[in-house]
Amino acid sequence: MSAGKSFWEMDEMRIVSGAMIILGGATALLVVMPYLLLKEVPPPAGLKPYTDVQLVGRQTYIANGCVYCHSQQPRDIKQAPDFKRGWGRASVAGDYAYDTPHLLGTMRTGPDLLNIGARQPSKDWHLGHLYQPRAYTPGSIMPAYPYLFEIRQGAAKAGETVVNLPPPFAKPGEVVVARPETLALVEYLLSLDRTYPALAPRAPAMAQEK
Amino acid sequence: MDFTVSVLLGTFILSIAALFVFIWSLSNGLFGDGVAAATVIFAPNELGAVEDPAATEAQKGGLQRAAGPTGSTGGVVADHDALARDRADQSTSLVVGVCLTLAVVWLVLASLAGLISSIKLHEPDWWVQYAWLTFGRIRPIHLNLVAYGWCSLAGIGVAIWLIPRLLKTELIGAKYALVGGALWSIGVFAGTVAIAMGYSDGLEWLEYPWQIDILLVVGGALVGIPLWLTLLKRKVKHLYVSVWYIGAGLLWFPVMFLIANWPGLHFGVQQATMNWWFGHNVLGLWFTPIGLAAAYYFIPKVLGKPIHSYNLSLLGFWGLAFFYSQVGGHHLIGGPVPSWLITISIVQSMMMVIPVFAVAVNQHMTVLGNFRALAYSPTLRFIVLGAMMYTAASVQGSLEALRSVNTVTHFTHYTIAHAHLGLYGFFSMVMFGSIYFIMPRVMNWEWPYPKLISLHFWLVLIGFAIYFIWLSIGGWLQGLAMLDEKTPFMQSVALTLPYLQARSIGGGLMTLGHLVFAAHFFAMGWKFGPKRLGAALLGTALFTRLNAKGVAA
Repeated sequence: MSAGKSFWEMDEMRIVSGAMIILGGATALLVVMPYLLLKEVPPPAGLKPYTDVQLVGRQTYIANGCVYCHSQQPRDIKQAPDFKRGWGRASVAGDYAYDTPHLLGTMRTGPDLLNIGARQPSKDWHLGHLYQPRAYTPGSIMPAYPYLFEIRQGAAKAGETVVNLPPPFAKPGEVVVARPETLALVEYLLSLDRTYPALAPRAPAMAQEK
Repeated sequence: MDFTVSVLLGTFILSIAALFVFIWSLSNGLFGDGVAAATVIFAPNELGAVEDPAATEAQKGGLQRAAGPTGSTGGVVADHDALARDRADQSTSLVVGVCLTLAVVWLVLASLAGLISSIKLHEPDWWVQYAWLTFGRIRPIHLNLVAYGWCSLAGIGVAIWLIPRLLKTELIGAKYALVGGALWSIGVFAGTVAIAMGYSDGLEWLEYPWQIDILLVVGGALVGIPLWLTLLKRKVKHLYVSVWYIGAGLLWFPVMFLIANWPGLHFGVQQATMNWWFGHNVLGLWFTPIGLAAAYYFIPKVLGKPIHSYNLSLLGFWGLAFFYSQVGGHHLIGGPVPSWLITISIVQSMMMVIPVFAVAVNQHMTVLGNFRALAYSPTLRFIVLGAMMYTAASVQGSLEALRSVNTVTHFTHYTIAHAHLGLYGFFSMVMFGSIYFIMPRVMNWEWPYPKLISLHFWLVLIGFAIYFIWLSIGGWLQGLAMLDEKTPFMQSVALTLPYLQARSIGGGLMTLGHLVFAAHFFAMGWKFGPKRLGAALLGTALFTRLNAKGVAA
């Protein structure tokens, strides 16, 4: 044991204090500073808060892990042709004012979805595509989500939303009905529309990444 | 001056200043006597004697020949030193046995989840009727089982086993670690069920609901307690570099996990920056320290020679802590986050070359000239390979942070391959080697079927080579296709298919290797196989002497 040694001569103390000071510094830099800066960013005028149904849909998006294949952060035209693919302008921090938890994503196994509502505004398309992506996009590797639907023989009941599938995928006598959380998911996807103009950067610190 | 440029410059100057402070403190002897600290893991007169409880008698002879003559002392450990080490090993056997057993169970489940995820990417209509098996759930189940199940519990088990060996005393407070490991495993189980049922927090690496995260924070803090209690009773003057890594890692994890999961604190883009501050630090400040601690112990211990440079190893430690903790932002290059944050992360990603170089020189120089030993020591084979992949993964990671490279690789399977090079190629390989060394000491029983160790090694090595090489190529091509505005997006999907199929084959071989490993692990647990006690103890000569006195049985 290091009896008789001063505080700083003990390796244990160097480990504990050194490790904590360094982690504290990194946390201040990467967590606290962004917190203080981004807390002040107002939502853009063109951005509406999510409705209750859209929030339920967002939860369905999270529960089924859409984020593992779809990003929600178009990059600047100087870096990548995201805009030319119709994915929208480069996003800014304010675009995510109502997005908690964030769903920026890290993969583009599928396309970016930040503006999917503007790009594909058809509810029928989304429902059918969720039921069987390959009915709409040949070669897609998106999973089919039959468990988000009820498949029955016979007719649908009043008030139910029936999925209209293209001929080879629609089976005679069978009806595909969207579950409530699926309808909410489509409402959320349709709400993804950040085509309004981005706020001008307020301070250099908030400048768009170039 | 432009804010971003000044941040860049400031970070650079600060980093250089920190380096100079470090070199100054080294030259003034603030880190103690390098040679003495490097040999602290050996008993008096032990230098030159090899140790690998996973090796058979024949392998042990070959290993000793490969490592060179034992020197004038003959590598003979005095009886009281050998008994002290035996008591140190026995003091951890219960808690380490429990942690490693749980880790192996999680490894098998994690591998199956990973294999299912991999197949689903090229067979999108396979097993779609079950919600819990959908790609978006089984993939995070795989990641969390690997990270918090297999890697964390294996790391905790190995770290706890190392503590008494490094401090040359018995473990104090094993019960805290036992409770901690149990809480942790309950958390992993509950978290897996939660993700399967669709209750996810939605953040990568942080999917477990916060109520479950409490178990991991408390469990993680509890497993650290024996280290601090044992430190107070240590019988060594110097703290070996592995203690630095383990101590810091056991402190860092609970703090980071607590901050990252605090409910209601984070929002929007700020949460994204926090997400990758955590997502990268959990690798750099939790898995990497434990993996390096194990490599720094086992490589010199198996070979019977001290590490190349003790001072360099401490440079590596402080460099890792300082630079790695600030690199997380490179996951958001091109994203809607403040640009100074990205810039800092890119600079520090490049600075990571310094600690990586320190570790690489140290570990590879120690092995240099003894490569034949890899043929005889199962432990060394896994760990040296893992240490090489640490260097490779780190250099690759630094390069990937460069904007020009990142623009191609971001959002592609290339990143996935890289992540596996780190957590599998480096960390898991080091854990395999460590477990092969440790378990005979825990069970007082040899590995029953030494051929299965070779089978495990070649299955996972070939499987991983296929996985990594093909997925990296596929990911790079995918990135190039996405950057070319004339190439339709669907083409970037179609072109990856053969590579994704190759990944499933590689992953299948890795899973098979893990099943072999798990079967062998449990065969040992049930004490199958011929009774060949001997190698499992501290060394043949020693065993004979101890056995003659009737203390080893």
